[in-house]
Formats: sequence, structure tokens, C-alpha cells
Amino acid sequence: MTAFARTDTSVLGRWWWTVDRWALAAVIILAAIGAVMTLAASPPVAIRIGLEPFHFVRRQLVFLPLAVAVATMVSLLGPKGIRRLALIGFVAALVATAAVPVLGTEVKGAVRWIQLGAFSVQPSEFLKPTFIVVAAWMFAERRLDDRFPGNLIATLLFLLVCGLLLLQPDVGMTVVVAIVWGVQFFLAGLPLVLVGLIAVVFVGGAVGAYMSFAHVQYRVDRFLDPEAKEGYQVEKALQAFQNGGLFGRGPGEGQVKSQLPDAHADFIFAVAGEEFGLLICVVIVALFAFIVLRGFARVYQESDLFVMLAASGLLVMFGLQALINMASTVHLMPPKGMTLPFISYGGSSTLALALGIGMVLALTRGRPGQRSWPQ
Amino acid sequence: MTLERRNNPFDSDMARRVRLDGIRKAALDTGRNRLLVTGVMFVLAFAVISGRLIDITILEQGSEPRVAQSEGVTGSTAARADIVDRNGMVLATSLPTASLYADPFDVLDAAEAAAKLNRLFPELAPEGLVERLTSKSHFVWIKRNLTPDQQYEVNRLGIPGLYFQRGERRTYPHGRLAAHVLGLTDVDGRGIAGVEKSMDRVLRAGEAVRLSIDLRVQSLFEEELAKGIRDFSAIGGAGVIMDVRSGELVAMVSLPDFDPNHPATMVADTGFNRTTKGVYEMGSTFKLFTAAMALDSGKVGLEGGYDATHPIQVSRFTITDYHGKRRWLSVREILVYSSNIGAAKMALDVGTERQKDYLKRLGLLEAAAVEVPEIASPLVPAQWREINTMTVAFGHGIAVSPIQMTAGVAALVNGGFRFEPTVLMHEPSLMPAGTRVLSEKTSQRMRALMRLVVVAGTGKNADVPGYLVGGKTGTAEKQVNGRYQGNKLFSSFVGAFPIDAPRYVILAALDEPKPNAQSMGYATGGWVAAPVVSRVVARMAPLVGIEPVTEQREREAMAPVQAVYRVEGARAAR
Repeated sequence: MTAFARTDTSVLGRWWWTVDRWALAAVIILAAIGAVMTLAASPPVAIRIGLEPFHFVRRQLVFLPLAVAVATMVSLLGPKGIRRLALIGFVAALVATAAVPVLGTEVKGAVRWIQLGAFSVQPSEFLKPTFIVVAAWMFAERRLDDRFPGNLIATLLFLLVCGLLLLQPDVGMTVVVAIVWGVQFFLAGLPLVLVGLIAVVFVGGAVGAYMSFAHVQYRVDRFLDPEAKEGYQVEKALQAFQNGGLFGRGPGEGQVKSQLPDAHADFIFAVAGEEFGLLICVVIVALFAFIVLRGFARVYQESDLFVMLAASGLLVMFGLQALINMASTVHLMPPKGMTLPFISYGGSSTLALALGIGMVLALTRGRPGQRSWPQ
Repeated sequence: MTLERRNNPFDSDMARRVRLDGIRKAALDTGRNRLLVTGVMFVLAFAVISGRLIDITILEQGSEPRVAQSEGVTGSTAARADIVDRNGMVLATSLPTASLYADPFDVLDAAEAAAKLNRLFPELAPEGLVERLTSKSHFVWIKRNLTPDQQYEVNRLGIPGLYFQRGERRTYPHGRLAAHVLGLTDVDGRGIAGVEKSMDRVLRAGEAVRLSIDLRVQSLFEEELAKGIRDFSAIGGAGVIMDVRSGELVAMVSLPDFDPNHPATMVADTGFNRTTKGVYEMGSTFKLFTAAMALDSGKVGLEGGYDATHPIQVSRFTITDYHGKRRWLSVREILVYSSNIGAAKMALDVGTERQKDYLKRLGLLEAAAVEVPEIASPLVPAQWREINTMTVAFGHGIAVSPIQMTAGVAALVNGGFRFEPTVLMHEPSLMPAGTRVLSEKTSQRMRALMRLVVVAGTGKNADVPGYLVGGKTGTAEKQVNGRYQGNKLFSSFVGAFPIDAPRYVILAALDEPKPNAQSMGYATGGWVAAPVVSRVVARMAPLVGIEPVTEQREREAMAPVQAVYRVEGARAAR
């Protein structure tokens, strides 16, 4: 660990000694596991939809190093740089997301993608992390100067983002963004009465989604009805875990990947369980928990409110996305159509997550005067 | 650029900085506390996920694998239920097995895989295997129902693309025993013969079927019938034992038989159920029905009789007696000496219509309603003329199945009630009532007559000391292409025991027995079938709890019969 001397004051030198190297290592390990999992899970899916077997592998093996590079580069920025990057990115993503219904292509019943040459980009993925940072900024300003209408701005932006996500429609992502926004508001000192009120509104929103989106209603009904057989994918996923046992069937020995349409994306956790066993699954859970909780621990010592709100918001989003994906794979909640960060196949989502993690790493870097322990 | 740098004209710079510090400190404190709450919730959530993972991976290991619930080939998930005998012995059961299939897309080297598999399963030709392993499909059967040993060996070959499908295999632990009653299932577990077919829906629903068959009796009957077939070089045989008080069939034997564990052993002849699917001219055993209807209708009494001095000539037919006495014969003598002439005259006395009516009520004109699918309808005269009435009287010109015959005789001896024959055990509380077809008195007289045949007539070989067997022999020439063949006989004995209070009717028949020295050159029912009945009764009586009577008691029971017989013998001598 002596790549850089302590006295090295170049950008990289300072970065090396201030960045959370443990978290970065965890992210790289996750990406490495993700590469192996894509290798295991995606060929049968590719064959089934008529692509050459390593189509997804090839692409993901481009995306993952790119993601690590993006995260690293973003983490070179300081808090102010992050704020600017987020603001610009947010405006761009907002415009692009709004344009998707007009310019986008439809995939699996949802219009989320814009074709950009050989790649299709899902702008809403980039909307989330940038929105979180912008919202954190607004909350922080309002907290420090109550004449500034930060809460109002954050809330209006939140409603705008929700509206755009629901247009696609992407109910799962809307839920994630709503929870992150709620947590940030909560951390920013929202009176507890209002916390309760927002919780009520969320429950109302969930009921509303159930009432107005047929596919949401179907998934929830299937989940709640104990008589109904679990959905085909969930049933297969549970079989996979049981089949895998403690140590798994061994690489390539899994069956579930040839039976699940989404084996490489939403249900990749099940492939991991079948081929590599319970132990690797627990390792994956532990890595996610490590990244989130270690981030929290660093944020806890933070003296800048904006940094605290932004970093915790990004960590909550990251952790929540992992939790929701894993929870629906192990049938603790209705399937949500959410990727497992860095493990699932997906270009936009991987890069957007890399952007988010890069911003967390940047915000949690050691800075002079950063620490302010509560007295 | 940032907002905190805006100047507030009402605050002095210093005061503002102090206030801001205070606010920031308060805000950070609140944020930290609430961050702790959020962190704890994340810890809980990650812990729940881990717990659930352990739950579904490890803790469900012991339970039935999920695969079996969703991937049944036949669609039914419940195992096919057992078939048991009346004492609960398992006759048919389903065992879980593994069947080998391949996904040709996963097979790397079909030729090598075929060669390896052929070494393990020599019956699978390598050419056929290669063809299957290279087909454009994701599923081809290689071999069904592997033993655990074979499954292990296949796994040891390490051929990619081979998989096992969990299934079940129908197994008959007693092999050939009661094969015709049980029938069998096809490879997909559907019943295709016997009770497996007739009760298919019940068995599929997972409900065990309890047969009326007593495995022990079935087994010993099969042994004794097989011995009879061997002794007289017969081509086959049939045996039925029926509980006279319920119609339950305690044994139903048809030889040659097959092994339902090996469906290939079921070919035309072995698969043929002689007791239900075969209809035969029964010959003299039919005289029992003739005597019963004559006595029951009051046309003649036990003391009455008919002149059997001369053969009867009807158009181109001549009815003669086999053991001709050429004199007047009483009803008793007609049965004891098995006189065709006497029986024909008796039937004429009863009349054609009444004869048909009695036979119909005894179940001899319609197919038996027993619960196996292999059932034949009897062959009865298309036009029932006087000549038919006479030939039917001694069991010619009418062909019935052994099952019909047995059920008919049961009605003669059990007090006059006809029960539908069944292979299913009745609930003790749901015993059928039966339909009266004869009077109690007629039944009593028939029992005495049947005992007399065994004591003094053609059925002597059926006697078992202590067990009071009564019955009647029958020997009929088989028709081939409409002509009677003198050397092809269907020889039978049908009886009941103990005849003073009958429990069981028993029928044994040999198909085309050949005479030998042991039978004094005869191949008649009395010489070839009666000994089978004698041996079966001697062996089964202790099993079903019938105690032998002492010689003293036996003499007492038969004293009236013998006395009458002596009187008639004296009268005949006069």
C-alpha cells in the first residue's frame, strides 16, 4: 500500500490517502463477483433470446471496468465538484427522461430507453443519484438558513421526478426515490409529526399504485395470496437456493438460469445461490452491508450537513436497491423489477450506480476540518 | 457561489457566524441521531435477508424438494395409491425412481456419451443413442426407472447434458400373484388392465383400494391349479373362490399368467383372464341349475325321477348318457350319475320360459358386473327352442364365464340369494343384501344333492376328510370352428364347503387336460379338476378359520343323504 508516498501532494496522491479505500475495495470485489455471475447466468438467457452466448458477458465486461473507472474518477472530486456535477447531471437527466416517452424505445412493456448508437441509455437511472445530491443541497441550505425555501424546492423536484418515473412506468424506482427523499428529509431534521405524516402519504401512495397499475396489483395479489402458487420466477428462484445448498452445485451446474427469463438481471442472486451456494450469497449481503454501514460510519463524523445528507441519501439508495432485489428473490416481498447493484447485468444501471458510489467516495474523503465529534 | 455566503444586512458578521455555528451543530446532532436510526434499520434488513437465505437454503433441505412439486411429467403430484388384499397385504405400490433424460444441446460429444451409456445399458444401441443425443430438442428420454445403483453409475460417467427426472414406478411385490386381478399400468402410470384400469381414478386420487382377494388363498390356489395343469398337460386353467354371503371373490386365478412388473410377459395368452374374459360350455355342472329350478318350481320332488332308459332323439341330435344306467333315475341319481337324458327331461318339465327366467336371475345370461375391465358376455342361444332347453339343461349350447358359474352356484347353496361378484372388499357395515332367486328349502335340498355327488358320485376326488365338500363335476368338449372336438375338453368342478353351512363356493377348471395313467385314462372334471379343489380346500380351510368336523359328526351330518342313497340303490336294484 505504498503506491503513493504520504508526502505526495498530487491529485492522485492526495486522493489515495483520503479516499475510503476499504469501501472502494468492497465495490471492486462486488464488481468482480458481478463479472463471474454474469458469466454464469447470462449465456442461457442470451441463447434463449437468439443472441450469441457471450453477448451479455462481453458487454458487462466492458461496463464493469468502466463503472470502476467512473467511480474512481468521480471520487477525485471534492464536495463542491460533486454538487456541480450533480446539478448539471440532474438537469440533463431530467430533460432526457422527459424526452423518453417521445424518443424512447419500448422494452418489456415499459418505455425507459433512448437509443444512442449501439447502446441504449436509460436516463432515469442517472436521474436518481443526481436528484439525491441536489435534494441534499436544498435540505442543507434550508436547515442552515430558514429563509431559503430549500424544503419546498426539494419537494417540488421530488414530485417532478416521481411523475417522470411513473410515466415510464417504473414503480419500483419511484418507491426507492420516495424512500430516499423521505430519509433525507428525516435526517435534515424534519419534525417527527411531519415524519409520521409523510409515512401516511407513502402508504397512501403505495395503495394508489396498487389501485392504478395493473401489474403492481397482480404482483402484490400473487404475493399476498397464500393459496396462489408463487410466481413462476419466484418459485424457480426458491428452488435454486434450495438446490444450491451451502456450497452450491458448482459453476455452470445450475438449472434455474435456463428457466428464468431474467436470470442475468433481476434474479441473478438466485443463480449465485444455486451455483455458488449460501456462503457466496451471505458474502454478497455482507459486502452490501459493509459498504452502506461503513459509509454511514464515516458520514457520522461529518461536519458538513450537505455532505452528510448527500452521502447518506446515496448510500440509502444503494442499500435499498440491493435489499429490494434480494428480498424479492427470496420471496420476502413482491417482485419489483430491480437490479442487484454491480451484480446484475445492465449498462445504464451499473454506470449510474458507479456514479452514485463515486459521489459517496468523493463526499466521504478525508478533508481538513471534516471531523466534528459530538461533544 | 454557495448560498451560505449571502449577506444578511440585519446580522452583524460575528453574531451571524455564532448563530450559524449553533444551528449547524444542532442540525448535525439531529442528523447523527437519525442516521443511527437509519443504520440500525439497515442492519436489521440485511440480517433478515441473511436469515431468510439460511431458511430457504438449509432449513428446507429436509422437506420435499420444490422440483418435484412443479415438474411432474404426468401432471399429477399425488403418488398412485396402493392396492392391498383383504388383510392389508400390499399387492401394488408406487416407488420413487429416477428416469434418465438428456438435453442434447448440453451434450458435448454424442458419440462418446452413447458409447459410455451403451456399456452401462447394453440394451440401448449406440446408433439409436447418437440419434437421440443429437436431436434438435431439449428433452429426450434415455431410460426410464433406473435403480439407485444405475443412477450412481450414470453420475460416475460424468457425461454433461444427462439429467434425472424424478418419477414413480409401479411395483408388484408378489410378482405374478393375482396378476389378472391387478392388471398393470403403462409407462406413464395409467392403468391399462385389471383393477389398475377399472379403479384408475380412485388410485390416481391417492386412495388405496382394498381387494376382497386373500393373498394366501390366491397363492395356494395358483400353486394347486398349476400342479393340476402340469399333471394333465392342460393349456391353461381357471380358479375362483367366492364368499357365498357377500359375493366377495377371495381368489381369482387364471393360468398361464404374467408378471405385471415386466409388461412384456403379458402377451395374448398370458394376458387372457380365463375367469372373466373366457366363456366356456360348462357341461354337467349346469345340471345343478336344472335340478334347482325343477325342485324350486315344484315340478318334481327329491323322490321323483325320469326315465333315462333310452337316448333322446331330436331331429339330427341324439342326447345320450356318459355313465349310462339305462333305467328310471331319481333326481338324486340324475346328479350322482350325471345323466344328460334325465337333466334334459327335467328341463322340459320346467319349460323353456321358466328355464330362461331362472338362468337370468342366477346371472347366467348377462356379463358379470365384476370390477375388472376384461369381461366377456355369455354366449346364449339366439333362438331358444326345445332342443336348446334340453342341451342347456346339461350345459351345452350355452357358454358362460367361470365367474358367472361360481356366482350362480353360490346362490344355490347360500339359502337362495344371488350376490353380484366383486373383487373389492365390502365394508363390514355395508354388506349387500342379495336378491332372492330360490327358496331356502330348495337351497337346502341342493346342498344335500351336492354332497351326495361328492360322497357317491363323480365328485369323489373332491372330498376332504372333515371338511364336507359338496359339488358337481363338469366335462365339456370344446368347439373349434363350430365342431365339437372329442380330444379337447374343458373339465371343471364347482363345489361349496362346508356344505352343511356353506362359506365358500370354489370352482376349478382345466383347459384341454390330457388323460394319463394317474387319472385312469380319463380327463373329466371328476378326475382332473376335483383333486385340485380337494387340495385347495384342505389347505385354505385352516387359513380362513374353518375347523374340520370329526368323523362322527361327518357321519351324522351325512346320514340322511346316505340313507336316502341306500334306499334308492335298493329300489334301483329291484
